[in-house]
Amino acid sequence: MSSGATLWIALAGMALVTYLLRASFLLLPPEVPTPAALRRILRFVPASVLTAIWAPELLLRNEVLFVSLENERLLAGLVAIAVAWRWRITSATIAAGLAALHLFAALTASLPA
Amino acid sequence: MPLHRPAIAAGARASLPVLLGVVPFGLITGVAMVASGIPPAIAVLMSLFVFAGASMVAAAQLLAHGTPAALVILAALFINLRFMMYSASIRTHLAHLPLGWRLAASYLHTDNVYGLSLARFAEHPEDPHKLEYFLGAGLLIWATWQAAVLAGALIGAGVPAAWRLEFAAPLAFIAMTVPLLRDRAMVGAALAAAATVVATSGLPLRLNLVAAAAAGIVAGMLLERRGR
Repeated sequence: MSSGATLWIALAGMALVTYLLRASFLLLPPEVPTPAALRRILRFVPASVLTAIWAPELLLRNEVLFVSLENERLLAGLVAIAVAWRWRITSATIAAGLAALHLFAALTASLPA
Repeated sequence: MPLHRPAIAAGARASLPVLLGVVPFGLITGVAMVASGIPPAIAVLMSLFVFAGASMVAAAQLLAHGTPAALVILAALFINLRFMMYSASIRTHLAHLPLGWRLAASYLHTDNVYGLSLARFAEHPEDPHKLEYFLGAGLLIWATWQAAVLAGALIGAGVPAAWRLEFAAPLAFIAMTVPLLRDRAMVGAALAAAATVVATSGLPLRLNLVAAAAAGIVAGMLLERRGR
């Protein structure tokens, strides 16, 4: 865990950055148009960044690629992706993923070594 | 500027179904942050000042891995860049307002408020009370969210580690990502980001996150151009 100072700096910086992003174009006077190129770039930001956050949690163990039937996080993540794809309900996705995590962990533990 | 109360009420009413999603996500955010090692009081403060769930859960995860503050802030910047997109889009409807109101509306501008307001403004482009509708939806969603995060942070401190609730954080991100993958370009962006973040995981300071974001944007734009 990081130190207390890191935590406070992160909090203050995140608050400032997030507010400025929200205010950004609302600060402009009405007659200034929105640049089209910026819009095109911004479109791909959420899917890219969000994926970059969850993918390592599924695919890596101790910073090393771990694709195996014994990786219960990967299997549970795939179940969650399927549930999210089919039903698009956040709470169902999380519940299914957590249930699958425990199920696969129990199955792996019961396997002969 | 006097506010038109019926329009505030209409905004609040329209946000009621959305609260069904706000409550569980707020709870999960509170639980996941505390499970990652953020003290409950800081989690609640962060919710008040940052007020953006995905970036808060990510920050908690990154801080747990010992990421420096500057990179945690950079990650929040990337995750919350979509608010810039919302701001660019909603300004057609709110740009004429006095600066004070635009600053207040900015603080309340979340994914849900954007979705509700844009739908309403598209249907009633000449509505003179757009600000009130936005504020009505925004305030009720804000209050509900804060209560849910507070409850989650309090519950989170008492959850046994064996329940592995910290895995709720990546699951919440999966739930947010999958509905975005509506076309080939968007799927390509996500796949490029996933491959890059894993391939560059040896980079110091979690810089692989920045590399992955860049790769995702480039892949998405290339696929989009080819698709035309």
